Amino acid sequence: MLTKPRPIRLKGRSFLALSLAPELPFEDWLAGLDDLAARSAGFFLRRPVVLDIDGLDIDKAELRKLVDELGQRNVRVMGIEGARPSMLGPDMPPAMNDGRPASDFEPPPESEADEPEDAAAVETVIPARQAPAQATASLVVTEPVRSGQTLFFPEGDVTIVGSVASGAEVVAGGSIHVYGTLRGRALAGTASNGSARIFCRKLEAELMAIDGFYLTAEDMEPDLRGRAVQVWLEGHALRTGILG
Amino acid sequence: MGKVIVVTSGKGGVGKTTSSAALGAALAQNGEKVVVVDFDVGLRNLDLVMGAERRVVYDLVNVIQGEAKLTQALIRDKRVETLYLLPASQTRDKDNLTPEGVEKVIAALRKAFDWVICDSPAGIERGATLAMRHADMAIVVTNPEVSSVRDSDRIIGLLDSKTQKAENGERVEKHLLLTRYDPTRAERGDMLKVDDVLEILSIPLLGIIPESMDVLRASNLGSPVTLADEGSAPARAYFDAVRRLKGEALPVTVPGERRGFFGKFFGRKAA
Repeated sequence: MLTKPRPIRLKGRSFLALSLAPELPFEDWLAGLDDLAARSAGFFLRRPVVLDIDGLDIDKAELRKLVDELGQRNVRVMGIEGARPSMLGPDMPPAMNDGRPASDFEPPPESEADEPEDAAAVETVIPARQAPAQATASLVVTEPVRSGQTLFFPEGDVTIVGSVASGAEVVAGGSIHVYGTLRGRALAGTASNGSARIFCRKLEAELMAIDGFYLTAEDMEPDLRGRAVQVWLEGHALRTGILG
Repeated sequence: MGKVIVVTSGKGGVGKTTSSAALGAALAQNGEKVVVVDFDVGLRNLDLVMGAERRVVYDLVNVIQGEAKLTQALIRDKRVETLYLLPASQTRDKDNLTPEGVEKVIAALRKAFDWVICDSPAGIERGATLAMRHADMAIVVTNPEVSSVRDSDRIIGLLDSKTQKAENGERVEKHLLLTRYDPTRAERGDMLKVDDVLEILSIPLLGIIPESMDVLRASNLGSPVTLADEGSAPARAYFDAVRRLKGEALPVTVPGERRGFFGKFFGRKAA
Protein backbone atom coordinates (compact mmCIF):
# COMPACT_ATOMS: atom_id res chain seq x y z
CA MET A 1 0.00 0.00 0.00
CA LEU A 2 1.29 3.35 -0.90
CA THR A 3 1.17 5.98 1.79
CA LYS A 4 1.96 9.58 1.30
CA PRO A 5 5.22 10.27 3.10
CA ARG A 6 4.77 12.64 5.95
CA PRO A 7 6.78 15.80 5.56
CA ILE A 8 9.37 16.37 8.25
CA ARG A 9 8.26 19.07 10.67
CA LEU A 10 10.78 21.75 11.38
CA LYS A 11 9.96 23.30 14.71
CA GLY A 12 11.53 25.70 17.08
CA ARG A 13 11.10 25.22 20.78
CA SER A 14 12.29 27.27 23.69
CA PHE A 15 13.27 25.93 27.07
CA LEU A 16 14.06 27.69 30.25
CA ALA A 17 17.69 27.02 31.11
CA LEU A 18 19.63 27.86 34.20
CA SER A 19 22.43 30.23 33.37
CA LEU A 20 25.61 29.91 35.40
CA ALA A 21 28.11 32.75 35.25
CA PRO A 22 31.36 31.50 36.74
CA GLU A 23 33.82 33.94 38.24
CA LEU A 24 37.57 33.83 38.54
CA PRO A 25 39.28 32.22 40.33
CA PHE A 26 37.32 29.09 39.49
CA GLU A 27 38.47 27.25 42.66
CA ASP A 28 36.57 29.69 44.87
CA TRP A 29 33.56 29.79 42.61
CA LEU A 30 33.39 25.97 42.49
CA ALA A 31 33.65 25.86 46.27
CA GLY A 32 30.61 28.16 46.43
CA LEU A 33 28.81 25.90 44.00
CA ASP A 34 29.66 22.85 46.13
CA ASP A 35 28.25 24.67 49.11
CA LEU A 36 25.00 25.34 47.22
CA ALA A 37 24.80 21.74 46.02
CA ALA A 38 25.38 20.46 49.56
CA ARG A 39 22.28 22.29 50.67
CA SER A 40 20.17 20.80 47.91
CA ALA A 41 21.35 17.58 46.37
CA GLY A 42 19.05 17.69 43.37
CA PHE A 43 19.28 21.33 42.48
CA PHE A 44 21.13 20.87 39.20
CA LEU A 45 19.64 17.51 38.33
CA ARG A 46 17.34 17.61 35.29
CA ARG A 47 17.94 21.31 34.79
CA PRO A 48 19.39 22.39 31.50
CA VAL A 49 22.40 24.53 32.33
CA VAL A 50 24.00 27.17 30.14
CA LEU A 51 27.42 28.47 31.01
CA ASP A 52 27.79 32.21 30.54
CA ILE A 53 31.49 33.06 30.20
CA ASP A 54 31.07 36.45 28.62
CA GLY A 55 33.87 38.77 29.73
CA LEU A 56 35.96 36.03 31.31
CA ASP A 57 39.61 36.03 30.26
CA ILE A 58 40.25 32.29 29.97
CA ASP A 59 41.66 30.00 27.31
CA LYS A 60 40.35 26.82 25.76
CA ALA A 61 42.10 24.51 28.24
CA GLU A 62 40.73 26.40 31.24
CA LEU A 63 37.22 26.29 29.80
CA ARG A 64 37.50 22.58 29.15
CA LYS A 65 38.71 22.04 32.72
CA LEU A 66 35.75 24.02 34.07
CA VAL A 67 33.26 21.97 32.04
CA ASP A 68 34.91 18.76 33.33
CA GLU A 69 34.78 20.01 36.92
CA LEU A 70 31.09 20.77 36.54
CA GLY A 71 30.53 17.33 34.98
CA GLN A 72 32.06 15.71 38.03
CA ARG A 73 29.46 17.56 40.09
CA ASN A 74 26.65 16.25 37.91
CA VAL A 75 26.12 19.65 36.35
CA ARG A 76 25.75 18.96 32.65
CA VAL A 77 26.33 21.96 30.49
CA MET A 78 24.09 22.06 27.39
CA GLY A 79 25.65 25.14 25.87
CA ILE A 80 28.12 27.94 26.34
CA GLU A 81 27.27 31.57 25.98
CA GLY A 82 29.75 34.35 25.22
CA ALA A 83 32.62 32.11 24.07
CA ARG A 84 34.77 32.80 21.04
CA PRO A 85 34.26 30.10 18.37
CA SER A 86 37.96 29.21 18.67
CA MET A 87 37.41 28.16 22.27
CA LEU A 88 34.81 25.53 21.44
CA GLY A 89 36.02 22.22 20.06
CA PRO A 90 33.70 19.54 18.67
CA ASP A 91 33.81 17.73 22.03
CA MET A 92 32.60 20.81 23.89
CA PRO A 93 29.03 21.97 24.44
CA PRO A 94 27.83 24.11 21.53
CA ALA A 95 27.76 27.90 21.48
CA MET A 96 24.47 29.52 22.41
CA ASN A 97 23.45 33.07 21.74
CA ASP A 98 20.44 35.37 21.61
CA GLY A 99 19.46 34.31 25.12
CA ARG A 100 16.73 36.37 26.69
CA PRO A 101 16.46 36.92 30.44
CA ALA A 102 13.71 35.07 32.29
CA SER A 103 12.65 34.97 35.90
CA ASP A 104 15.44 33.90 38.25
CA PHE A 105 15.60 30.44 39.71
CA GLU A 106 15.04 30.31 43.47
CA PRO A 107 18.15 28.90 45.12
CA PRO A 108 17.35 26.42 47.87
CA PRO A 109 16.95 28.05 51.28
CA GLU A 110 19.91 27.98 53.66
CA SER A 111 18.10 25.84 56.19
CA GLU A 112 17.04 23.07 53.84
CA ALA A 113 20.03 20.86 54.52
CA ASP A 114 19.17 20.77 58.21
CA GLU A 115 15.64 19.63 57.62
CA PRO A 116 14.84 15.93 57.46
CA GLU A 117 15.68 14.73 53.99
CA ASP A 118 12.53 14.33 51.95
CA ALA A 119 13.61 12.73 48.73
CA ALA A 120 10.25 13.17 47.10
CA ALA A 121 10.19 16.90 47.78
CA VAL A 122 13.64 17.36 46.30
CA GLU A 123 12.71 15.48 43.18
CA THR A 124 9.51 17.39 42.63
CA VAL A 125 9.85 19.57 39.63
CA ILE A 126 7.38 22.35 39.47
CA PRO A 127 5.76 22.20 36.04
CA ALA A 128 7.03 25.03 33.91
CA ARG A 129 4.36 27.69 33.86
CA GLN A 130 3.63 29.71 30.82
CA ALA A 131 5.50 32.96 31.19
CA PRO A 132 3.14 35.79 32.10
CA ALA A 133 1.64 37.32 28.99
CA GLN A 134 3.92 40.09 27.80
CA ALA A 135 3.44 42.61 25.05
CA THR A 136 4.80 40.68 22.06
CA ALA A 137 7.83 42.17 20.45
CA SER A 138 7.54 43.31 16.87
CA LEU A 139 9.92 44.22 14.11
CA VAL A 140 9.08 46.62 11.33
CA VAL A 141 11.19 46.60 8.17
CA THR A 142 10.66 49.36 5.64
CA GLU A 143 12.90 48.00 2.91
CA PRO A 144 12.56 45.08 0.55
CA VAL A 145 14.03 41.81 1.78
CA ARG A 146 16.47 40.82 -0.98
CA SER A 147 17.28 37.40 -2.39
CA GLY A 148 19.76 35.59 -0.16
CA GLN A 149 18.85 37.58 2.94
CA THR A 150 17.28 36.03 6.02
CA LEU A 151 15.23 38.04 8.43
CA PHE A 152 15.22 36.12 11.70
CA PHE A 153 13.06 37.38 14.54
CA PRO A 154 12.07 34.65 16.99
CA GLU A 155 10.80 37.22 19.51
CA GLY A 156 7.55 38.07 17.79
CA ASP A 157 5.82 39.56 14.78
CA VAL A 158 7.51 40.86 11.66
CA THR A 159 5.98 43.53 9.45
CA ILE A 160 7.58 44.28 6.11
CA VAL A 161 6.63 47.39 4.22
CA GLY A 162 8.02 46.19 0.90
CA SER A 163 8.48 42.91 -0.89
CA VAL A 164 10.19 39.66 0.03
CA ALA A 165 12.22 38.53 -2.98
CA SER A 166 12.50 35.07 -4.43
CA GLY A 167 15.28 33.35 -2.50
CA ALA A 168 14.78 35.50 0.61
CA GLU A 169 13.54 34.13 3.91
CA VAL A 170 11.57 35.62 6.79
CA VAL A 171 11.46 33.66 10.03
CA ALA A 172 9.30 34.96 12.88
CA GLY A 173 8.26 33.65 16.26
CA GLY A 174 4.93 35.37 15.72
CA SER A 175 2.99 36.45 12.66
CA ILE A 176 4.40 37.81 9.40
CA HIS A 177 2.83 40.72 7.56
CA VAL A 178 4.07 41.65 4.09
CA TYR A 179 2.77 44.88 2.59
CA GLY A 180 4.14 44.02 -0.81
CA THR A 181 4.68 40.87 -2.80
CA LEU A 182 5.75 37.75 -0.93
CA ARG A 183 7.96 35.85 -3.39
CA GLY A 184 10.37 34.11 -1.03
CA ARG A 185 9.75 32.03 2.06
CA ALA A 186 7.80 32.97 5.15
CA LEU A 187 8.07 30.85 8.30
CA ALA A 188 5.81 32.11 11.06
CA GLY A 189 5.20 30.87 14.60
CA THR A 190 8.52 29.07 14.78
CA ALA A 191 8.50 29.14 18.58
CA SER A 192 5.61 26.61 18.69
CA ASN A 193 3.13 29.38 18.11
CA GLY A 194 0.27 27.79 16.25
CA SER A 195 -1.84 30.92 16.41
CA ALA A 196 0.60 32.89 14.26
CA ARG A 197 -0.54 33.86 10.78
CA ILE A 198 0.98 35.03 7.53
CA PHE A 199 -0.52 37.96 5.66
CA CYS A 200 0.62 39.33 2.34
CA ARG A 201 -0.68 41.82 -0.15
CA LYS A 202 0.34 39.73 -3.14
CA LEU A 203 1.10 36.04 -2.94
CA GLU A 204 3.89 34.61 -5.10
CA ALA A 205 5.55 32.68 -2.24
CA GLU A 206 7.94 29.76 -2.64
CA LEU A 207 7.08 28.35 0.76
CA MET A 208 4.97 29.30 3.76
CA ALA A 209 5.06 27.61 7.15
CA ILE A 210 3.38 28.06 10.51
CA ASP A 211 4.65 26.19 13.55
CA GLY A 212 6.45 23.66 11.36
CA PHE A 213 3.57 22.88 9.00
CA TYR A 214 4.32 24.06 5.53
CA LEU A 215 2.97 24.62 2.06
CA THR A 216 5.15 24.81 -1.02
CA ALA A 217 4.25 26.88 -4.06
CA GLU A 218 3.11 23.70 -5.77
CA ASP A 219 0.60 22.90 -3.03
CA MET A 220 -0.99 26.34 -3.02
CA GLU A 221 -4.30 26.91 -4.74
CA PRO A 222 -3.49 28.41 -8.15
CA ASP A 223 -6.22 31.03 -7.83
CA LEU A 224 -4.46 32.49 -4.75
CA ARG A 225 -1.48 33.59 -6.85
CA GLY A 226 -1.18 37.32 -7.09
CA ARG A 227 -3.94 37.86 -4.54
CA ALA A 228 -3.94 39.34 -1.04
CA VAL A 229 -3.91 36.27 1.15
CA GLN A 230 -3.77 35.17 4.77
CA VAL A 231 -2.61 31.80 6.02
CA TRP A 232 -3.38 30.22 9.36
CA LEU A 233 -3.11 26.85 11.09
CA GLU A 234 -6.16 24.71 11.78
CA GLY A 235 -5.31 21.45 13.50
CA HIS A 236 -2.49 20.03 11.43
CA ALA A 237 -3.28 21.78 8.20
CA LEU A 238 -2.56 25.20 6.81
CA ARG A 239 -5.61 27.12 5.63
CA THR A 240 -5.52 29.93 3.15
CA GLY A 241 -8.01 32.66 2.51
CA ILE A 242 -8.26 35.66 0.26
CA LEU A 243 -8.27 38.98 2.08
CA GLY A 244 -10.72 41.73 1.35
CA MET B 1 37.11 64.01 -6.33
CA GLY B 2 35.72 61.64 -8.92
CA LYS B 3 32.79 59.32 -8.56
CA VAL B 4 33.32 55.59 -8.29
CA ILE B 5 30.73 53.45 -10.06
CA VAL B 6 30.54 49.67 -9.98
CA VAL B 7 28.87 47.90 -12.88
CA THR B 8 27.61 44.63 -11.46
CA SER B 9 24.92 41.96 -11.92
CA GLY B 10 25.60 38.68 -10.16
CA LYS B 11 24.81 36.69 -13.27
CA GLY B 12 27.30 36.38 -16.10
CA GLY B 13 26.75 37.28 -19.71
CA VAL B 14 24.16 39.98 -19.13
CA GLY B 15 26.28 42.83 -20.49
CA LYS B 16 28.41 44.21 -17.65
CA THR B 17 31.56 44.59 -19.72
CA THR B 18 29.72 45.92 -22.80
CA SER B 19 27.91 48.43 -20.59
CA SER B 20 31.06 49.45 -18.70
CA ALA B 21 32.81 50.18 -21.98
CA ALA B 22 29.83 51.94 -23.57
CA LEU B 23 29.05 54.11 -20.53
CA GLY B 24 32.72 54.92 -19.99
CA ALA B 25 33.15 55.93 -23.62
CA ALA B 26 29.91 57.94 -23.63
CA LEU B 27 31.01 59.88 -20.54
CA ALA B 28 34.42 60.52 -22.13
CA GLN B 29 32.76 61.62 -25.39
CA ASN B 30 31.02 64.27 -23.27
CA GLY B 31 34.46 65.55 -22.24
CA GLU B 32 34.65 63.87 -18.82
CA LYS B 33 37.86 62.22 -17.69
CA VAL B 34 37.07 58.53 -17.31
CA VAL B 35 38.89 55.35 -16.32
CA VAL B 36 37.33 51.92 -16.74
CA VAL B 37 38.81 49.30 -14.41
CA ASP B 38 38.55 45.59 -15.19
CA PHE B 39 38.14 43.56 -11.98
CA ASP B 40 37.68 40.25 -13.74
CA VAL B 41 41.12 38.88 -12.89
CA GLY B 42 41.75 35.67 -14.79
CA LEU B 43 38.96 36.22 -17.33
CA ARG B 44 39.56 39.72 -18.57
CA ASN B 45 37.47 40.94 -21.49
CA LEU B 46 37.30 44.68 -21.19
CA ASP B 47 40.56 45.14 -23.12
CA LEU B 48 39.03 43.30 -26.08
CA VAL B 49 35.76 45.21 -26.01
CA MET B 50 37.70 48.49 -25.87
CA GLY B 51 40.15 47.38 -28.53
CA ALA B 52 43.24 47.73 -26.35
CA GLU B 53 44.26 44.08 -26.03
CA ARG B 54 47.48 44.57 -27.97
CA ARG B 55 48.65 47.45 -25.80
CA VAL B 56 48.44 45.81 -22.36
CA VAL B 57 51.79 45.81 -20.56
CA TYR B 58 51.00 46.10 -16.88
CA ASP B 59 47.70 45.39 -15.15
CA LEU B 60 45.71 45.92 -11.96
CA VAL B 61 47.44 43.06 -10.14
CA ASN B 62 50.90 44.44 -11.03
CA VAL B 63 49.89 47.78 -9.53
CA ILE B 64 48.46 46.21 -6.39
CA GLN B 65 51.59 44.09 -5.89
CA GLY B 66 53.82 47.09 -6.39
CA GLU B 67 55.39 45.75 -9.60
CA ALA B 68 54.25 48.73 -11.66
CA LYS B 69 53.12 52.29 -11.14
CA LEU B 70 49.51 53.17 -11.79
CA THR B 71 50.51 55.49 -14.64
CA GLN B 72 52.37 52.63 -16.32
CA ALA B 73 49.34 50.36 -16.24
CA LEU B 74 46.76 52.88 -17.49
CA ILE B 75 46.06 52.66 -21.22
CA ARG B 76 44.78 55.76 -23.00
CA ASP B 77 42.14 55.17 -25.65
CA LYS B 78 43.21 56.06 -29.19
CA ARG B 79 39.82 57.50 -30.21
CA VAL B 80 38.77 59.51 -27.14
CA GLU B 81 41.68 61.07 -25.31
CA THR B 82 39.97 61.40 -21.91
CA LEU B 83 39.15 57.67 -21.79
CA TYR B 84 41.51 55.29 -19.99
CA LEU B 85 41.54 51.58 -19.26
CA LEU B 86 43.09 49.76 -16.32
CA PRO B 87 43.20 46.15 -17.48
CA ALA B 88 42.92 43.04 -15.32
CA SER B 89 45.51 40.30 -15.26
CA GLN B 90 44.71 37.26 -17.35
CA THR B 91 47.35 35.01 -15.81
CA ARG B 92 47.07 35.74 -12.12
CA ASP B 93 44.54 34.53 -9.62
CA LYS B 94 41.73 36.56 -8.02
CA ASP B 95 43.45 36.07 -4.65
CA ASN B 96 46.04 38.60 -5.74
CA LEU B 97 43.46 41.33 -5.24
CA THR B 98 43.89 42.46 -1.66
CA PRO B 99 41.39 44.77 0.05
CA GLU B 100 44.19 47.22 1.00
CA GLY B 101 45.64 47.19 -2.51
CA VAL B 102 42.27 47.81 -4.14
CA GLU B 103 41.54 50.61 -1.69
CA LYS B 104 44.83 52.34 -2.56
CA VAL B 105 44.32 52.05 -6.32
CA ILE B 106 40.72 53.29 -6.16
CA ALA B 107 41.75 56.23 -3.95
CA ALA B 108 44.46 57.21 -6.42
CA LEU B 109 42.12 56.91 -9.42
CA ARG B 110 39.42 58.91 -7.64
CA LYS B 111 41.85 61.81 -7.34
CA ALA B 112 42.91 61.74 -10.99
CA PHE B 113 39.60 61.08 -12.79
CA ASP B 114 36.03 62.43 -12.86
CA TRP B 115 34.59 58.93 -13.14
CA VAL B 116 36.02 55.57 -12.07
CA ILE B 117 33.99 52.73 -13.58
CA CYS B 118 34.64 49.32 -12.04
CA ASP B 119 33.64 46.41 -14.26
CA SER B 120 32.77 43.65 -11.80
CA PRO B 121 33.20 39.95 -12.51
CA ALA B 122 30.12 37.73 -12.32
CA GLY B 123 29.36 35.95 -9.08
CA ILE B 124 29.35 37.12 -5.49
CA GLU B 125 32.88 36.13 -4.54
CA ARG B 126 36.04 38.09 -3.83
CA GLY B 127 36.38 39.80 -7.21
CA ALA B 128 32.79 41.01 -7.19
CA THR B 129 32.81 42.14 -3.57
CA LEU B 130 36.10 43.99 -4.01
CA ALA B 131 34.83 45.70 -7.16
CA MET B 132 31.80 47.07 -5.28
CA ARG B 133 33.64 47.76 -2.03
CA HIS B 134 34.47 51.45 -2.62
CA ALA B 135 31.63 52.40 -4.93
CA ASP B 136 29.59 55.58 -4.50
CA MET B 137 27.10 54.36 -7.02
CA ALA B 138 26.15 51.01 -8.51
CA ILE B 139 24.76 50.19 -11.92
CA VAL B 140 22.96 46.87 -11.73
CA VAL B 141 22.86 45.31 -15.20
CA THR B 142 19.87 43.01 -15.64
CA ASN B 143 18.31 41.08 -18.52
CA PRO B 144 14.51 40.85 -18.62
CA GLU B 145 14.61 37.24 -17.49
CA VAL B 146 13.88 35.64 -14.09
CA SER B 147 17.28 34.21 -13.18
CA SER B 148 19.05 37.46 -14.01
CA VAL B 149 16.50 39.42 -11.97
CA ARG B 150 16.93 37.21 -8.93
CA ASP B 151 20.73 37.41 -9.12
CA SER B 152 20.49 41.19 -9.37
CA ASP B 153 18.30 41.22 -6.29
CA ARG B 154 20.98 39.26 -4.44
CA ILE B 155 23.64 41.74 -5.57
CA ILE B 156 21.53 44.68 -4.37
CA GLY B 157 21.40 43.00 -0.96
CA LEU B 158 25.20 42.79 -0.96
CA LEU B 159 25.53 46.43 -2.04
CA ASP B 160 23.48 47.30 1.04
CA SER B 161 25.66 45.27 3.38
CA LYS B 162 29.18 44.61 2.08
CA THR B 163 30.27 48.00 0.76
CA GLN B 164 32.29 50.61 2.58
CA LYS B 165 29.34 53.00 2.41
CA ALA B 166 26.95 50.44 3.88
CA GLU B 167 29.36 49.76 6.73
CA ASN B 168 29.50 53.50 7.47
CA GLY B 169 25.72 53.59 7.62
CA GLU B 170 25.41 55.36 4.26
CA ARG B 171 23.78 54.03 1.12
CA VAL B 172 25.25 53.17 -2.23
CA GLU B 173 23.13 54.86 -4.89
CA LYS B 174 21.74 52.05 -7.06
CA HIS B 175 20.50 52.23 -10.65
CA LEU B 176 19.03 49.58 -12.87
CA LEU B 177 20.24 49.18 -16.44
CA LEU B 178 17.99 46.81 -18.32
CA THR B 179 19.90 45.30 -21.24
CA ARG B 180 19.00 43.07 -24.20
CA TYR B 181 15.42 44.27 -24.06
CA ASP B 182 13.11 43.41 -26.91
CA PRO B 183 9.74 45.22 -26.63
CA THR B 184 7.99 42.91 -29.08
CA ARG B 185 9.01 39.79 -27.20
CA ALA B 186 8.19 41.36 -23.84
CA GLU B 187 4.71 42.17 -25.17
CA ARG B 188 4.29 38.58 -26.30
CA GLY B 189 5.23 37.40 -22.78
CA ASP B 190 8.53 35.74 -23.81
CA MET B 191 10.41 38.23 -21.65
CA LEU B 192 9.70 40.05 -18.43
CA LYS B 193 8.27 43.52 -18.95
CA VAL B 194 10.04 46.62 -17.69
CA ASP B 195 7.42 47.18 -14.98
CA ASP B 196 7.74 43.60 -13.73
CA VAL B 197 11.49 43.96 -13.32
CA LEU B 198 11.15 47.35 -11.62
CA GLU B 199 8.49 46.00 -9.28
CA ILE B 200 10.76 43.15 -8.18
CA LEU B 201 13.99 45.10 -7.82
CA SER B 202 12.51 48.44 -6.70
CA ILE B 203 15.50 50.61 -7.66
CA PRO B 204 15.37 53.54 -10.12
CA LEU B 205 15.76 52.83 -13.81
CA LEU B 206 18.82 54.30 -15.50
CA GLY B 207 18.04 53.09 -18.98
CA ILE B 208 16.81 50.37 -21.29
CA ILE B 209 19.26 49.04 -23.86
CA PRO B 210 17.49 47.31 -26.73
CA GLU B 211 18.62 43.92 -27.97
CA SER B 212 20.61 44.70 -31.10
CA MET B 213 23.09 43.26 -33.54
CA ASP B 214 25.00 46.54 -33.27
CA VAL B 215 26.25 45.56 -29.79
CA LEU B 216 27.80 42.31 -30.98
CA ARG B 217 29.22 43.99 -34.07
CA ALA B 218 30.85 46.72 -31.96
CA SER B 219 32.32 44.16 -29.51
CA ASN B 220 33.91 42.22 -32.33
CA LEU B 221 35.35 45.43 -33.75
CA GLY B 222 36.91 46.18 -30.36
CA SER B 223 34.96 49.36 -29.97
CA PRO B 224 32.44 50.47 -27.33
CA VAL B 225 29.06 50.66 -29.04
CA THR B 226 28.79 54.40 -28.36
CA LEU B 227 31.98 54.93 -30.38
CA ALA B 228 31.29 52.40 -33.13
CA ASP B 229 28.00 53.88 -34.28
CA GLU B 230 26.75 56.93 -32.38
CA GLY B 231 23.39 56.81 -34.13
CA SER B 232 22.55 53.18 -33.42
CA ALA B 233 19.69 52.37 -31.06
CA PRO B 234 21.86 50.90 -28.27
CA ALA B 235 24.33 53.79 -28.51
CA ARG B 236 21.53 56.34 -28.15
CA ALA B 237 20.21 54.38 -25.15
CA TYR B 238 23.65 54.50 -23.52
CA PHE B 239 24.00 58.24 -24.20
CA ASP B 240 20.60 58.79 -22.56
CA ALA B 241 21.66 56.66 -19.59
CA VAL B 242 24.76 58.81 -19.16
CA ARG B 243 22.64 61.97 -19.13
CA ARG B 244 20.51 60.45 -16.35
CA LEU B 245 23.67 59.37 -14.52
CA LYS B 246 24.76 63.01 -14.49
CA GLY B 247 21.48 63.97 -12.87
CA GLU B 248 19.32 64.97 -15.80
CA ALA B 249 15.63 64.04 -15.41
CA LEU B 250 15.06 62.39 -18.75
CA PRO B 251 12.04 60.11 -19.28
CA VAL B 252 13.08 56.53 -20.08
CA THR B 253 12.18 55.27 -23.54
CA VAL B 254 13.32 52.35 -25.63
CA PRO B 255 15.15 53.83 -28.61
CA GLY B 256 13.59 52.16 -31.64
CA GLU B 257 15.32 49.90 -34.08
CA ARG B 258 15.29 50.49 -37.80
CA ARG B 259 12.71 47.83 -38.48
CA GLY B 260 12.05 45.88 -41.63
CA PHE B 261 8.60 45.39 -43.06
CA PHE B 262 7.68 42.52 -40.74
CA GLY B 263 9.08 44.33 -37.72
CA LYS B 264 6.85 47.28 -38.48
CA PHE B 265 3.86 45.06 -38.97
CA PHE B 266 4.30 43.20 -35.67
CA GLY B 267 5.44 46.29 -33.87
CA ARG B 268 2.22 48.08 -34.71
CA LYS B 269 0.13 45.10 -33.81
CA ALA B 270 1.78 44.86 -30.41
CA ALA B 271 1.27 48.51 -29.63
